[in-house]
Amino acid sequence: MASLDRVKVLVLGDSGVGKSSLVHLLCQNQVLGNPSWTVGCSVDVRVHDYKEGTPEEKTYYIELWDVGGSVGSASSVKSTRTVFYNSVNGIILVHDLTNKKSSQNLYRWSLEVLNRDSMPTGVLVMNGDYDQEKFADNQIPLLVIGTKLDQIHETKRHEVLTRTAFLAEDFNAEEINLDCTNPRYLAAGSSNAVKLSRFFDKIPGFPDRKRLLGGTFKNLHYD
Amino acid sequence: MSFLIDSSIMITSQICFFGFGWLFFMRQLFKDYEVRQYVVQVIFSVTFAFSCTMFELIIFEILGVLNSSSRYFHWKMNLCVILLILVFMIPFYIGYFFVSNIRLLHKQRLPFSCLLWLTFMYFFWKLGDPFPILSPKHGILSIEQLISRVGVIGVTLMALLSGFGAVNCPYTYMSYFLRNVTDTDILALERRLLQTMDMIISKKKRMAMARRTMFQKGEVHNKPSGFWGMIKSVTASAPGSENLTLIQQEVDALEELSRQLFLETVDLYATKERIEYSKTFKGKYFNFLGYFFSIYCVWKIFMATINIVFDRVGKTDPVTRGIEITVNYLGIQFDVKFWSQHISFILVGIIIVTSIRGLLITLTKFFYAISSSKSSNVIVLLLAQIMGMYFVSSVLLIRMSMPLEYRTIITEVLGELQFNFYHRWFDVIFLVSALSSILFLYLAHKQAPEKHVAP
Repeated sequence: MASLDRVKVLVLGDSGVGKSSLVHLLCQNQVLGNPSWTVGCSVDVRVHDYKEGTPEEKTYYIELWDVGGSVGSASSVKSTRTVFYNSVNGIILVHDLTNKKSSQNLYRWSLEVLNRDSMPTGVLVMNGDYDQEKFADNQIPLLVIGTKLDQIHETKRHEVLTRTAFLAEDFNAEEINLDCTNPRYLAAGSSNAVKLSRFFDKIPGFPDRKRLLGGTFKNLHYD
Repeated sequence: MSFLIDSSIMITSQICFFGFGWLFFMRQLFKDYEVRQYVVQVIFSVTFAFSCTMFELIIFEILGVLNSSSRYFHWKMNLCVILLILVFMIPFYIGYFFVSNIRLLHKQRLPFSCLLWLTFMYFFWKLGDPFPILSPKHGILSIEQLISRVGVIGVTLMALLSGFGAVNCPYTYMSYFLRNVTDTDILALERRLLQTMDMIISKKKRMAMARRTMFQKGEVHNKPSGFWGMIKSVTASAPGSENLTLIQQEVDALEELSRQLFLETVDLYATKERIEYSKTFKGKYFNFLGYFFSIYCVWKIFMATINIVFDRVGKTDPVTRGIEITVNYLGIQFDVKFWSQHISFILVGIIIVTSIRGLLITLTKFFYAISSSKSSNVIVLLLAQIMGMYFVSSVLLIRMSMPLEYRTIITEVLGELQFNFYHRWFDVIFLVSALSSILFLYLAHKQAPEKHVAP
């Protein structure tokens, strides 16, 4: 495979929500047996067929950068994390369906990435209301994934799913709710798999769209 | 009648402390997590409330507030409740939450946590044997037995923390020890980190592509299934999968390297921030304090050594001695009784407040560093246990700082403990902890600059 562009997608979320399990599931199609605490950033690669089935089909490597840590980390950790946020093509926001705080922290996470240029020290003041304009301006495709669906009791499911639907609307993003220990949620042909490939298709559409990202855009062609 | 008034005062103050502990828990400790088990929060706040009440009773003792018999009653009750919590409730809940985290034992949580609790009780009891803590004429389940053991653990903890704190405080405050970090250092390290990530990515791309081609050709997967599959994999292992394991090993090594580089970069950023902070006015003030504290630390180590070597346990407290010195040597005459009460109140008050504040700050830092969403309950309960034991042994040791007439209540309530033993034990552990902290910090300081010299 000669000319494959570089596509970088960040996977963000609080510690313990299941980002590492999710990335492992997306890239290896297997369940992660022994999840352990992510220090720094762990990367994995998913092979994605852009516009599958059409004559314009192209195969891309999508790099999933799983950045560890919490929003309340020390500012030195936040400054170090900023180095991973360069030239990002897409963001997957992961939250734990059983933990409301992790959903609320997603606003802070997304602001941390989107504001990385204006706030180099990474210190953010969160005043409760998120800034809708920031998200309207944003050109980077977002996807919201809720994990640990199996741990939500049947009776509470409706209420939780309504809440997450609002969350996804705020981010102007699609949402997927699943259980990372069960591969059938992302089985080929399921609605989740369709949403996922739609999201991944949005990103490499870049040769067609104009991108207004600050920061460097590394266009590496392996010809 | 007066007993009722006194009790209502005590209960109101206990409720205030409980509320403070509750708020501290919610706002500081658990601000990034969701509280799902309110039991944990209740236990933490109750431990905090009863510990603070003990200190409050000491202050009341010095100031002479409340009726002395009601004070005695509340002391006893307080002590019983605290011991109940520290020895029975918290260890049981720690075992319970610990077992709930393990998936396999989820069904039989209760019997396993009882088992853990019984093991804890056994070791807790055995702890008292090697120490000459108390005379053997007391019964098995008396307050003295329990307090003596709790006291040993608590005093050890206090001495360890004091020793480390005494050494670490000047080390962090003084800018003399700050390594010189420039922006170019940080940029160089970041570049290395990104290069390592790129190498990991290119290797993973090769692996992903190799796996895809293998899958498309319908070759045997990594895990051989069945008897025949195993035979096949032994005799003719596909070259593809061999390559994969080789690359996987390289990737593992690179990932370890990336973690190291990440942690080093965090360290550099932290040092840079400290350098900037030291240039501010506040930083200069702390730097000066650091010199002062280093002298204090050296003096304390010296005094601890003297105490041990000359087998000396101070008989008089600092307040009375200070007053004696001023009266005898400086010739200043003043009302000893009046002043000793007020000065010991202030001194004891300062000791209590700084130790509570210091402990809460240390606990919070510790909690942020090591907790995750799975283990947060267990860790908070452990911290509550440490806090309770720490406060109980503070009461034991604070007896030394008070004049004789105020010591009576502690001696009465706690029974015939060998207080001198605890002070000796504190000195020994303090010395050991301080010296090993010095050694540890020296080694860490030496090692750090060498890491950044390598290209």
